[in-house]
Amino acid sequence: MSAALRLVDVTVAYERHPAVHHVSVDIPEGACTAVVGPNGAGKSTLLKAMVGLVRAVQGRIEFPHRTRAKIAYLPQQSDVDRAFPISILDMVLLGRWHGIGAFGAAGPADIDGAMHAIDAVGLRGFERRPLATLSAGQFQRALFARMLLQDAEIILLDEPFNAIDARTTADLLALVKRWREDHRTVVCVLHDLDQVRAHFPHTLLMARELIAAGPTEQALTAANLLRARAMAESWDDAAAVCHPGEAA
Amino acid sequence: MEFLSDFLVSPFVEHGFMRRALVACLALSIGSCTVGVFLILRRMSLMGDALAHALLPGAAIGFLLGGLSLPAMSAGGFVAGIATALLSGMVARFTALREDASFAAAYLTALALGVMIVSLKGSTVDLMHILFGSILAVDDLSLSLVASTASLTLLGMAAIYRPLVVECFNPGFLAAVGVRGALYHYAFLALAVLNMVAAFQALGTLMALGLLLLPAVAASFWARQVVTMSLVALPMAAASGFVGLLISYHAGVPSGPAIVLVASLFYVVSLLLGTHDSVRLRIAPPAHLRA
Repeated sequence: MSAALRLVDVTVAYERHPAVHHVSVDIPEGACTAVVGPNGAGKSTLLKAMVGLVRAVQGRIEFPHRTRAKIAYLPQQSDVDRAFPISILDMVLLGRWHGIGAFGAAGPADIDGAMHAIDAVGLRGFERRPLATLSAGQFQRALFARMLLQDAEIILLDEPFNAIDARTTADLLALVKRWREDHRTVVCVLHDLDQVRAHFPHTLLMARELIAAGPTEQALTAANLLRARAMAESWDDAAAVCHPGEAA
Repeated sequence: MEFLSDFLVSPFVEHGFMRRALVACLALSIGSCTVGVFLILRRMSLMGDALAHALLPGAAIGFLLGGLSLPAMSAGGFVAGIATALLSGMVARFTALREDASFAAAYLTALALGVMIVSLKGSTVDLMHILFGSILAVDDLSLSLVASTASLTLLGMAAIYRPLVVECFNPGFLAAVGVRGALYHYAFLALAVLNMVAAFQALGTLMALGLLLLPAVAASFWARQVVTMSLVALPMAAASGFVGLLISYHAGVPSGPAIVLVASLFYVVSLLLGTHDSVRLRIAPPAHLRA
């Protein structure tokens, strides 16, 4: 299977302490990949490195089939100021940024697309409502609507179902399934292993280093999960400098 | 009736400087209401205030070199304002000091420096003029400065509007689609400084922010969208200028405090009676709906 995204020996560090350590892996094209691991395993950092929000101190991230990847990214804790006076429609329309940019006008086709996306996430009738009036679940739906409109080839989701109720989660998972049927590449950080097994054919198991990658059932073995859980979450001030080639 | 026209109209009919001051205030209102709304939305009200004080040493150096000459003082003020904004931003970015603390430090330094420089050469009257504004000094040149500022602000805000909105409410999204939000932030700061420079002639450096910020704060009690907030702020700013100038004329007080006090009155009334989050709604909340 061809790779949508190729990580080659990627290390991302915060103040020299690695959060992602020498990870090399291919993310399969047009499939749904889950990223699993304990807290502090570097899952969010890995996604941020893929979007380019943090730089790898070592290694590189390649997009083999693209010159410029169209990526949509949903952060775990979005920095959205939810009190900001903006309507749902305007917020969702930002998904067309690559088409309309900073100065272009949103045409009827853009607005039509935004209305469809809002409809698809189950927020019909909310178009003119201010963002501040949405509940946490409705807000997550609105963010998904914006991603639908982004029409991205690669979609990165960081714990999208945290604090989201069962019905909203089911609705949003249906959207993920639709992306899969469209052969888009989805990478999703998740904690619920049943969810992973049910909806994500591929899995990366991380514990700062890559523990396992591949078909979900082969990656999420009891032995692998145990190894991941054993990862020390400590930040060792006395840690030695890591020289490539040395055994960790 | 005659009394009213004597009181409200004749100061402007009889005195050229009152007409110029009025036009200056109106132009200022048109340009600055959007800037004021964004200062609030970016939670930068106090930083904006600090920035306005930071104009003083620049204006003072201009005064030292050119006397009470508007171009010299304005240019000095603009350079000082931009320098303070950039330096405070950099201090905040490269050290552990938070941006509000670095702004406060910068503004105290600037205020002390400015008063010191003006006192070296000028009289207390000069100092009063620079600190609190003087409508008598509004000449044709300052009028064209204010008018150019207003035009430039409207065009500039139109140009950076969308990225600025996104930078305000979702900077991470802007970064993820590959836009450098900081550029728009600094463009906005430059426009804000420009407006304060234009305002300090009439309002003084201590209250240059008054006409930008107070109407915008008042408008936030009446409107809930960027555009409508600006539209509500505009007439309040214009009315503050008009009434404030009349008070300044009739009572013989500096124009800056007079204009800012009228704007404060708009703020207090909005706080009490506004349609969003006002005291009135807190005391007697309307009955809740079924859904």
